[in-house]
Amino acid sequence: MKKIRTPEELEALRNSLLQQRDPNKPCVRVCLGTGCRARGSVDVIGAFKDEIKRQGLAIKVDSKQTGCHGFCERGPVVVIGPKEIFYQRVKPRDVPEIVSKTLLNGKVVDRLLYVDPATGKKTLYEYEVPFYKKQRRQILANNGRIDPTNILDYIAVGGYQALAKAITTMSCEEIIDTVEKSGLRGLGGGGFPTGRKWRLCRKAAGDTKFVIGNGDEGDPGAFSDRSLMEANPHSILEGMIIGAYAVGANQGYLYVRAEYPLALKHLQIAIDQAREYGFLGNNIFSSGFDFGIKINRGGGAFVCGESSALVASIEGKMGEPRAKYIHTVERGLWNKPTNLNNVKTWASVPLIINNGADWYAKIGTEKSKGTAIFSLVGKVNNTGLVEVQMGTPLKEIIYDIGGGILGGKKFKAVQTGGPSGGCIPEELLDLPVDFERLTEAGSMMGSGGMIVMDEDTCMVDVARYFLDFLQYESCGKCVPCREGIKRMLEIVTDTTAGRGKEEDLELLQELAETVKDFSLCGLGKTAPNTVLSTLRYFREEYESHVRDKKCPAGICKDLIEYFILEDKCTGCGACLKLCPQQAIQGEPKKLHIINPAKCIRCGICRDACPYEAIITR
Amino acid sequence: MAGSDPEYSKVDKIIESYSFEKSALIAILQEIENLYNYLPDWALKYVSEKLNVPMTRVYGVASFYDAFHLTPRGKHLIRVCLGTACYLRGSARVLEAVERELGINDGETTPDLQFSIQSVRCLGACALAPVMIVGERYFDKMTPTKVRRVLKRVQGRNEKN
Repeated sequence: MKKIRTPEELEALRNSLLQQRDPNKPCVRVCLGTGCRARGSVDVIGAFKDEIKRQGLAIKVDSKQTGCHGFCERGPVVVIGPKEIFYQRVKPRDVPEIVSKTLLNGKVVDRLLYVDPATGKKTLYEYEVPFYKKQRRQILANNGRIDPTNILDYIAVGGYQALAKAITTMSCEEIIDTVEKSGLRGLGGGGFPTGRKWRLCRKAAGDTKFVIGNGDEGDPGAFSDRSLMEANPHSILEGMIIGAYAVGANQGYLYVRAEYPLALKHLQIAIDQAREYGFLGNNIFSSGFDFGIKINRGGGAFVCGESSALVASIEGKMGEPRAKYIHTVERGLWNKPTNLNNVKTWASVPLIINNGADWYAKIGTEKSKGTAIFSLVGKVNNTGLVEVQMGTPLKEIIYDIGGGILGGKKFKAVQTGGPSGGCIPEELLDLPVDFERLTEAGSMMGSGGMIVMDEDTCMVDVARYFLDFLQYESCGKCVPCREGIKRMLEIVTDTTAGRGKEEDLELLQELAETVKDFSLCGLGKTAPNTVLSTLRYFREEYESHVRDKKCPAGICKDLIEYFILEDKCTGCGACLKLCPQQAIQGEPKKLHIINPAKCIRCGICRDACPYEAIITR
Repeated sequence: MAGSDPEYSKVDKIIESYSFEKSALIAILQEIENLYNYLPDWALKYVSEKLNVPMTRVYGVASFYDAFHLTPRGKHLIRVCLGTACYLRGSARVLEAVERELGINDGETTPDLQFSIQSVRCLGACALAPVMIVGERYFDKMTPTKVRRVLKRVQGRNEKN
């Protein structure tokens, strides 16, 4: 392959690709994101390839694997172009019918369509599905459209044109001005203005500079970075190349969680292809600018999401943060000026260069521009990846896009920002989601986890869960974080175990504020958020644990017992057979009884009971 | 001791492929971990010597990151996701059931080196919550009752082999 040296060559390549590709040719797109893959989509694409071959249709129809479509709940997801017919929960045995009916004859396989549970209506096209309707997918726009392992797919949808434009028609200052004017902020959660960061890095003294793409998404319950890296790796590379050119860096690093093998693979393929086409390497677009990107696999430490810890990890050291009186933009990797952005931030850059700063600045709220990506998970009907305009109310995301609460239960709280974030109660559901509003509510944007909790969730237990995570992940360098989180965890654990004392709650509050004020890095500073927000909005739950020794949600094991309802138990014996402790007694067809002394509250009996006769109290 | 020992020369190859670069310590340890499923003592000492990095730092890195293990692990790795979405849907009970069935705790390996349990914080497959992975295979919407069935199947396959 000849390297692309000018914007004209890129344009010519794109045109020839578009000419070769008939837009009316039927094309099957199968989602091979991690969610669909876990549900067997690899077999589905295999079945399509076999069936197309078997029927000798290779010339008439196309099939391709794509990254995450976002609607993980209904995976494996298959979309049939050109009409964009949307099939869900597709199994390999459905494939022959899809090929002969839909691909060849344009007819629909009714049973595979999505049914809106709210209205009972079937939807034919992807864009009609309520889950997608209220989204504004721009960073994720091409996720389900292109084959992430084929650079030509990216070029065909306009890929690398922003790079061509930036390098050949804009000065470094103009690029930074554009990014600054767009209002783009760090989408890893910090929300620092991207343009300002770039400017600081450009101005920093020194000839050797670095750029880093942060793909070390460590928040439990967040997978937006992973989906983007898997589905559209070139968009991240393109942003990084533009950024490196603007700040004056010649070497870039992508720091990616080792737990994301598919993202690592796709990024490496993308880097190799970009090099082959001349978008990476020497003299990019004949500008004299040289740039390369290396991938670093993260070691699995949450704290490495913090910039100075991440930098230490790339240097081969323990991921311990340092005090940031000198910022990484001045002294970062190997003490050189380093510009670090989240992969979503990098992927936003080509959009801004292509469409202009004003276009981007029009989207969103006054201070938070553009879109936000959330992994909508937990007790919600439509688990998936959601991209919305900044300022979209929480209610709209959870109910209109997410389809409401699982099993018709009552909403209790939504947690954003992962372990660093807080829990937002029902009365704030109208809150427009942006950096400022979430922080005011005691939470934060974070890396985009949005975890929905229902009435069966114990908020004290949630606080304990996050503290447990954070005390494990605390690097141990500074005392407030290392010791403070541990002590908070002890207090909250005591509370959930029924050993809590009235005065503990004051102490917990004080401790939380101390850890927040005096910790060295972002991990410690934000660690108390879950405690503070649950104390603020759900204090009565703490109080019933402490005063009444009761867990209202029926979660905390030491405060509940399993009990069989006399009027519902038929004496079928299903629970008795499965109880691992032989704690259940009863004659066939007579009431069964649980011996609380033997019961370990594993819940197996309740799962097994066909009559919902077993409750916790 | 080194030189002729085939195990040492495997590690040599890894270190050489990173040109004895000190900053590649993490990447080198990752490859050794891939090779043995854990980091043997001798390999840590050898890396320290070859890279001329103090053993304290090698051990520091090896014990800091979750990707590294300092004891041998079982043939079947059972990962139970304790990410927030899985936790809310009851994955702690799933983990307890695995521990109960295998008679070992999270992070431990059965004495016959067949099974290791490792809880993980989010595999990003939240639509399948609670999710458990045995080897490479995903099991979705897990319950304590399903744990017993899944483990029986894995054990059964094991005996056949």
